[in-house]
Amino acid sequence: MMICAFDAVNVGDALPPIMLPPLTRTTLALYAGGSGDHNPIHIDSDFARAAGMPDVFAHGMLSMAWLGRLLTQWAPQENLREFSVRFAAMTQIGEQIVCTGRVAEKLERDGEWLIRVAVTTANHTGEVKLAGEALLALPKDQGPFAHELTGTTIGISVADNGSDNGPKARVRT
Amino acid sequence: MVDTADIGRTFPPHSAEVEAGRLRLFAKATGETRAEYLDEAAARAAGHPSLPAPPTFAICLDLEMPDPFVWFHELGIDLANVLHASQSFRYFAPIHAGDRLTFASRIDDVFQKRGGALTFVVKVTDVTDAKGARVAEMRATIVVRSASAPNPP
Repeated sequence: MMICAFDAVNVGDALPPIMLPPLTRTTLALYAGGSGDHNPIHIDSDFARAAGMPDVFAHGMLSMAWLGRLLTQWAPQENLREFSVRFAAMTQIGEQIVCTGRVAEKLERDGEWLIRVAVTTANHTGEVKLAGEALLALPKDQGPFAHELTGTTIGISVADNGSDNGPKARVRT
Repeated sequence: MVDTADIGRTFPPHSAEVEAGRLRLFAKATGETRAEYLDEAAARAAGHPSLPAPPTFAICLDLEMPDPFVWFHELGIDLANVLHASQSFRYFAPIHAGDRLTFASRIDDVFQKRGGALTFVVKVTDVTDAKGARVAEMRATIVVRSASAPNPP
């Protein structure tokens, strides 16, 4: 994974989106196991209907995990500083969700170069399910060696990665 | 029923280990396909000491206790009237398989909207590693409908 440099990123830039397959009960069962959230409203249709819902629906945190993938496929996870969402609508069985992100702001804070990325999940009609934002630290420019920032040294190690086209750059603070 | 007198209330800390198998199941469930999140050797090749925990995983281990919803009961909140309104994370250090994490939660805020029909409760959880260093902070806002309220926001 090649990390984008702060100087090369512009407000309005879009992250590569993630398009998910239609949501299945299998996914919800797997997420219940993987997350430890066994609330039956997400995995037991009988329970969900008795609670007045049309059917089971996705864990909100499953959608947030998809957005986590959107961010970490674009920049290394250790560059993630903050990540927040609000849950706007339920994600139903069969819905096909698209995760998108767009650079909303560039800023410097505590000696780090940061971008604020606005993220959403939405269904095929554009109905927003989750909306949130993330703060990501980026190297100031694309140089492969250590950068001197205000009060902080960020070292970038470059290693071969056979599955990628370019060098693998990771920022460690 | 929960009210502003509950602000500052704390809950007993608990600990849980980040297990590699659990991380692989979480990765599968969330559609993750990148090797560094699934395969130990690939994770090390990518510079991690072991499998990394994805950005939202820590909250899962906060559920690892006999009754993960005990704090609702203690505050007099009926689970049937609760919705997760928002969630945020701040990150201070990476989390990996093999780490032992401790979760310490407190009620940070309680406020009402719509003339009391909706009560918002903000729970903040500090996540620390085995050495006591803070690795993450999680902030959950839940909304509680009073029995007569129609629909959540």
